[in-house]
Amino acid sequence: MNLTLKVWRQSGPSAPGKMATYRVEDVSPDMSFLEMLDVLNERLILSGDDPVAFDHDCREGICGMCGMVINGVAHGEQRATTTCQLHMRHFEDGATITIEPWRAAPFPVVKDLVVDRSAFDRIIQAGGFVSVPAGSAPDAHSIPVRKEDADDAFDAATCIGCGACVAACPNGSASLFTAAKITHLSLLPQGQPERLTRAKAMVDQMDAEGFGGCTNTGECTAVCPKGIPLDTIAQMNSDYLKANAK
Amino acid sequence: MAGYLASEDVTATIERGAATAPVLKPTPKKPTPSGKRGGFLRSSNGKKAVMAVTGAAMVLFLILHMLGNLKIFLGKDSFNEYAEALRTLLEPLAPYRTVLTILEAGLVVAVVLHMWAAISLARRAHHARPVKYVAKKSQAKGYTTHIMRWGGLTIVLFLVWHLLDLSFGVVNPKGYDSAPADRMIAGFDLSRWWVTLFYVVAVVMVGLHLRHGIWSMFQTLGWATRFKALRPVAALVSAVLVIGFLAPPLAVTFGVIK
Ligand code: SF4
Ligand code: FES
Repeated sequence: MNLTLKVWRQSGPSAPGKMATYRVEDVSPDMSFLEMLDVLNERLILSGDDPVAFDHDCREGICGMCGMVINGVAHGEQRATTTCQLHMRHFEDGATITIEPWRAAPFPVVKDLVVDRSAFDRIIQAGGFVSVPAGSAPDAHSIPVRKEDADDAFDAATCIGCGACVAACPNGSASLFTAAKITHLSLLPQGQPERLTRAKAMVDQMDAEGFGGCTNTGECTAVCPKGIPLDTIAQMNSDYLKANAK
Repeated sequence: MAGYLASEDVTATIERGAATAPVLKPTPKKPTPSGKRGGFLRSSNGKKAVMAVTGAAMVLFLILHMLGNLKIFLGKDSFNEYAEALRTLLEPLAPYRTVLTILEAGLVVAVVLHMWAAISLARRAHHARPVKYVAKKSQAKGYTTHIMRWGGLTIVLFLVWHLLDLSFGVVNPKGYDSAPADRMIAGFDLSRWWVTLFYVVAVVMVGLHLRHGIWSMFQTLGWATRFKALRPVAALVSAVLVIGFLAPPLAVTFGVIK
């Protein structure tokens, strides 16, 4: 396959960015999107140019490091797929592909397609934990959990913190991420003691980071590689309102 | 999850060697505790709750308003009597127009708070994305935000006209000192077809606004998780309101009611 790429290039956090156009030839349809970028980077390096910086780690869809807006869609148009799991066979030969970083004030660009998602870490630090005595592992079934709750909590827990929800949201809101983390813990017995303080602390931190508010458009869940449902946001809202009513 | 070790002028060492980019100095951001006075209303979720509650109040008002309008089909007198009844509610106990004035004041407060929350959330959203995408494709029938924001603006403009026309009679051929039914019939006369057209557009906007708004309200208040049929129900309520509001003016314009 031969492709034309329009890629956001930005040399540093405060440098102005712009779109640059590259031709990539002989791309195999079996390559992943990141492998295709590797090919581009090899050629850029050989020609003495600066390679395109992008984040990645596991390349198997579980770590949440990768992520770019491909043709206007976070992680590309393939549903429930991270960028590293997106394959070139989903693109037409000769296509032009635009590639941009996540765009949100709380996710400043570090370089090219790499953004700093530490804001997510700070949201987690604010309350995304349970306080339990550590030590030897407890018995697996010592605390019973309803099957439905276990399933919903698990679904929420599959969030890999990639940030696609923020990138896709017209308001730049981190509600889906924060809600996934809150729901994951608030459905389980272990999460109950800190349930309300957690919701409050995490939502307040989300606001402090400068993310936008949720308008329930559903853009986030549509691009989420893990299909985190909007229900989690209702759960977060409910916990937050209860916490404030106290 | 991404995390850049950071201190001034240091290249971050992440697990797999040195990152090539200089690292940003972290800017720890302290939240405004929402427990503090005013904190709740400053939080994005607090503003959303204000939108939901004021929105709910306005939906209830619209339902009553629509039922009242439909009285025109029972005859001019029925409509005028209804209008009078609104003004004389609790009459011997409270002076003329007491209850109505209280309700009107409540509505004004609801409209103002709803707009305040909408504007401050829109501003937040604007700050959250300073650099726009070169290409952006909606994956969720993306009309929602536009309908809510621009539609909301259309509705406000319409509201001004609507009050001047039918409540205060300023721009109505019959003027202020006329019976409500006469104002309605003169207002939507075929010769003023553009008024009817404006009305139709605005009411359809209200319908689209509510289709998202009613569902959104339950989502915001955290009640949407257990009630899956909420979206179709919201669409149905909106459709009923649109039809109920369009029936009287169209009937007047096309001469069914004279
Ligand atoms: S909710 Fe989905 S899109 Fe958002 S960070 Fe988690 S996995 Fe990524
Ligand atoms: S690189 Fe780990 S999810 Fe894509």
